[in-house]
Amino acid sequence: MDSILDIARWQFGITTVYHFLFVPITIGLTALVATMETLWLRTKQPEWLRLTKFFGKLMLINFAIGVVTGIVQEFQFGMNWSDYSRFVGDIFGAPLAVEALLAFFLESTFLGLWIFGWDKLPRGLHAACMWLVHIGTLASSWFILAANSWMQHPVGYSYNPETGRAELNDFAAVMFNKVQLVTFPHVVLAAYMTGGAFVVGVAAWLYARGAQGRTADEAAAERPMYRRGIRLGAWTMLIAGLGVAVSGDFQGKVMTEVQPMKMAAAEALYNTEDSCAPFSLFTIGTPDGKSEKFSITVPCVLSFLATGSTDGKVEGINDLRQEYQQTYGQDPGARYYDPSGNYSPIIPVTYWTFRYMIGLGVLGALLGALILFLTRRGRAPASTWFPRLAIATPLLVLLANSAGWIFTEMGRQPWVVFGLMNTSQGVSPGVSSTEAWISIVSLTLLYGVLAVIEVGLILRFVKRGADPFVEPPDPTLRGSDDDQDRPLAFAY
Amino acid sequence: MELTTVWFILIAVLWIGYFTLEGFDFGVGMLLPWLARDDRERRIMINTIGPVWDGNEVWVLTAGGATFAAFPEWYATLFSGFYLPLLLILLALIVRGLAFEYRHQRPEAAWHSWWDRAIIVGSYVPAVLWGVAFANIVRGVPIDGSKDFTGTIFTLLNPFGLLGGLVTLLLFLTHGAMFLALKTDGEIRHRARATAVSLGLGAALAAVVFLVWAQALTGSAGSAVLFVLAALALVGGIAMARAGREGWAFIGTFAAIALAVAGLFAGLFPDVMPSSTDVAYSLTTTNASATDYTLKVMTIVAAIFTPIVLGYQAWTYWVFRRRISEHHIPDAELEAVA
Repeated sequence: MDSILDIARWQFGITTVYHFLFVPITIGLTALVATMETLWLRTKQPEWLRLTKFFGKLMLINFAIGVVTGIVQEFQFGMNWSDYSRFVGDIFGAPLAVEALLAFFLESTFLGLWIFGWDKLPRGLHAACMWLVHIGTLASSWFILAANSWMQHPVGYSYNPETGRAELNDFAAVMFNKVQLVTFPHVVLAAYMTGGAFVVGVAAWLYARGAQGRTADEAAAERPMYRRGIRLGAWTMLIAGLGVAVSGDFQGKVMTEVQPMKMAAAEALYNTEDSCAPFSLFTIGTPDGKSEKFSITVPCVLSFLATGSTDGKVEGINDLRQEYQQTYGQDPGARYYDPSGNYSPIIPVTYWTFRYMIGLGVLGALLGALILFLTRRGRAPASTWFPRLAIATPLLVLLANSAGWIFTEMGRQPWVVFGLMNTSQGVSPGVSSTEAWISIVSLTLLYGVLAVIEVGLILRFVKRGADPFVEPPDPTLRGSDDDQDRPLAFAY
Repeated sequence: MELTTVWFILIAVLWIGYFTLEGFDFGVGMLLPWLARDDRERRIMINTIGPVWDGNEVWVLTAGGATFAAFPEWYATLFSGFYLPLLLILLALIVRGLAFEYRHQRPEAAWHSWWDRAIIVGSYVPAVLWGVAFANIVRGVPIDGSKDFTGTIFTLLNPFGLLGGLVTLLLFLTHGAMFLALKTDGEIRHRARATAVSLGLGAALAAVVFLVWAQALTGSAGSAVLFVLAALALVGGIAMARAGREGWAFIGTFAAIALAVAGLFAGLFPDVMPSSTDVAYSLTTTNASATDYTLKVMTIVAAIFTPIVLGYQAWTYWVFRRRISEHHIPDAELEAVA
């Protein structure tokens, strides 16, 4: 790995997959914490406030790492991918700038108000702050996914041979790209599913084990509270999970239309099937990636996934390669990727990540449903397996998220912008491999250390469980000057 | 006015917003080992910026994003060219940002002191490096015909660049001390004010040398006026701090930073990144810019949302307007029940 291209790609992969471990938890948890706080305001039941504060704390530990790793994302386009930035900046830069202006300010400002505002804001306004943070996360998702969807399916632009770059001519087309319209619901619903899984996992673990230092009676008394968490999380997870499946189905059809190679690579389908294309559960190809040796398949399912009809035609990798070569000429990255891999991604990666995405997501949802069932009517399963199931649920969903992104980004290769720019053409020409090495090594080491710290903190606070109920100060009731000398309701 | 000029001004405004706001919270972080005598005082300092530092930091993300959108060539050349300093800034901002949120999560003294180090180093590194970076933008760096930076890290470490780093370091230290004098009460307030005055004199000296030098390199009539006003604001701020007028003193350093950055941008215009290799290779507001269409879209979005953002950011400062002193800091968390 001595070319800057390899290093830059690995760095993008490592930093992005890492960043996106925290992002969906944040999107999902801000919505759920805001829901819990709203339920407390509505019902006045102390359990909801305890859950709000408990999951709010976990959300903040998680949010912080998502925020700081997000800065790297914005900078590395320019640092490692300057030719990409020059080529697409006219189109790609705008959503990033708008994201910062509309979303990042909203998230950071109202999160600060929420953290420190317990004794300064009226209660309704305090809860509204968390809703605004959540709206910020959704706005952020919208703009960054619009930018990514443009890379998958460039629209609303024209190529200007004079400046040698792609130039925007229809902003609305970029914002409402058909890939964006199916990607946004898929990703955001997956984030709700992740947030739901996180709450289910943590609440179920505490439900079964009880928080640290509680007697058996105390733990039993807290069970109804955690049960609420389980139910809120599980229903969120199951409903969102259904939406993830439906939106994913729509996405598959759009993908077949605009990026047929990605669909073929998802299936390792080498030869075109005119109708009733099979869905393979397992396959082994020849080392040169030209044909398959062995596979286990279910008839017609791929045709249905790709086209919505069991006799739909699905193009195979070999035919698509020829088509792409006719349209775009020789693959400029072919010498780099794989001599035989002209215009096709690395098939084992796309094939398996596609399956992990679906398989782990479904498994996670099933575990959520199982936990919901096992804790019905106040039951507390005694099995030692139960807390393990609880821990596995969010982990499976997180892995499914990562697999989904690795699939969609690796499936676009060798393009960085489909049909317009090869990934090998986007890298910074002036950056030395020494610099790129320093960058990837320092970021990866730091990210590794931070992961250990973050997981340690999360576990510490999960084990401690929700703090006892304390009525928060109501600033609308305050009047005397003495109040102003009281300790802050929250301080770092 | 041409849209490229409008966006040049807007990007200057974003950097002014960033340096005036995060400038003081860098200052607070850098002063942590010098002004606080114990953990409670360190917590007073950290809590003065607790609710606002993250919002302050978004200004740089917006500046980066806006540069990408409005001047893609500038973004590409700058970020790939100033690679290692930006990497160091990134690493610093990562540990610093986490430190604010993670420091209070455990009671152990060792845990606190590690995160204190993260805050301190994470504040010094960007405070110096942003100055080095901006001084080099103004001075000009080797850029070739395909708009790529051809120097190395050592190209940036020239006397003018290093002086730029010293100036931002001292200015942000002073600005942070002014902020602490305004936002704390008790002994630490007096210490902060005294520090602001003594650091301010050093900052003023370094800034005047730097601004005169910058004026000689790229200055225009406009930048000269702005630089003189910046110097006056800084001296005025220090005088106000001496007189115990903390609000005006903070406004003084705030204005000094804003005017100095405005002056640097005014001197730069119409270049955005001059080339020291050949003036023909310099990036300018026109040859580095996005299309008129993109700038128009961005102008509409900015015109609608910037006032809203400014409104709620100002409101946050209003909500957290009170001074913080020792008795406001809740007792440290006791170790959890076994």
